[in-house]
Amino acid sequence: MEFFATISEQFYKCFIKDDRYKLLLGGIGVTLKVSLVAIVLGIIIGFFIAVCNLSKKKVLRGIGLVYTDVIRGTPSVTQLMLIYFVAFAAVQWDKWIICAIAFGINSGGYVAEVIRAGILSIDKGQTEAGRSLGLNGRQTMTHIILPQAIKNIFPALVNEFIVLIKETAIVGYVGLVDIQKAGDFIKSTTFLAFMPLLATAIIYYVIIKILNIGLKRIEKKLRQSEIR
Amino acid sequence: MIKIYNLKKNFNDLEVLKGVSEHIRPGEVVSVIGPSGSGKSTFLRCINLLEEVTEGEIYVDEELITAPGVDINLIRQKMGMVFQQFNLFPHLKIIDNITLAPVLLKKMTKEEAKAKALELLARVGLSDKADSYPASLSGGQKQRVAIARALAMNPEIMLFDEPTSALDPEMVGEVLDVIKSLAESGMTMVVVTHEMGFAREVSSRVLFMDQGIIMESGTPAEIFDNPQNERTKLFLSKVL
Repeated sequence: MEFFATISEQFYKCFIKDDRYKLLLGGIGVTLKVSLVAIVLGIIIGFFIAVCNLSKKKVLRGIGLVYTDVIRGTPSVTQLMLIYFVAFAAVQWDKWIICAIAFGINSGGYVAEVIRAGILSIDKGQTEAGRSLGLNGRQTMTHIILPQAIKNIFPALVNEFIVLIKETAIVGYVGLVDIQKAGDFIKSTTFLAFMPLLATAIIYYVIIKILNIGLKRIEKKLRQSEIR
Repeated sequence: MIKIYNLKKNFNDLEVLKGVSEHIRPGEVVSVIGPSGSGKSTFLRCINLLEEVTEGEIYVDEELITAPGVDINLIRQKMGMVFQQFNLFPHLKIIDNITLAPVLLKKMTKEEAKAKALELLARVGLSDKADSYPASLSGGQKQRVAIARALAMNPEIMLFDEPTSALDPEMVGEVLDVIKSLAESGMTMVVVTHEMGFAREVSSRVLFMDQGIIMESGTPAEIFDNPQNERTKLFLSKVL
């Protein structure tokens, strides 16, 4: 009985008192905003870097190589802090936008490799068939290669999105209050660790679960053409 | 229609074509035969520049297509190509496989392309497959769709790169029948093939290639019944 009393008292202290749950709600909004913009940005950057990597032009290949090399070779916390405190130091944008850009740049490096692998996974005969019909390189890429490549790399992209969402938990380093930081605040004001950290974990888990269910449905649709 | 002068193709240090000259006239059905590695496929793929030509000149309808700055995409629209591995687009339904290029290249409206596609599917005997995906078709059916897809662009010339080599034996006939009827309709065709019976029966001319050159050229009767070149004789003695 006493155990339950402690639990409910802790729960009250952590979430109800002083409307502390609002802190977490705000954190969810921040995490979602940052993640969503970063994912979109990451796909766009990733696609262009992948095209660079596969280009015949040495300069473009060089750019692509350096980009993925640097992004994948340095910690994302360091990248975030460099972008926030150095590159955007003089810019008066909302914190979350700068963070989203930082994560988009980071994610782009990984997405680029995934997309590159996806494009390479498509048989050369597909390109030849497209070109032999008179399509130019770009038309062949957009109408023949990419639709098939995206289907192949979908699981890998989903994986990257999941990693990215969880990775945003470091935005507290530049003072942005996301889910993780909100939990931290509650922890330090109440001196209780278990409840806020459990809540943080559950919230991330649920967000990713929902994302997973949604993306599984899309994947099923993409695979329709494989039904014999 | 197609004139080829001293065509050479190297893959790095390997000389695959060592100077091929040939003249393909409108309405001709030319079969290209020869042992593996003789350069037959490379020769065919050079005609629509799927392979970059190392040296030599190719004219299509009096236009020098090996010249720099030529819009190769326009040239390729005149030449349909059928591949050994079919290369249908697996993410598109059969009907969309056929209509993709004509619509994208603005040769036809969507409705025109669709009507044309259905007509072509009827011609290759696959009207009921319009809304299927390639994965549900047999090899022979896939290759017939591939032929329909190439024909949808209203090409002047059709190039076949070993169209039956990847097929199960019982499906070879259905594909050859389609190609044969196409030949009878007066289409200009170049067919790289291992089907000697087909080459003899359908072609107006046979080229025997070996070691990167055309060793011998003539009517099917000349090549198959009375070959002059020693290499031709040796090859035919092995395959016939």
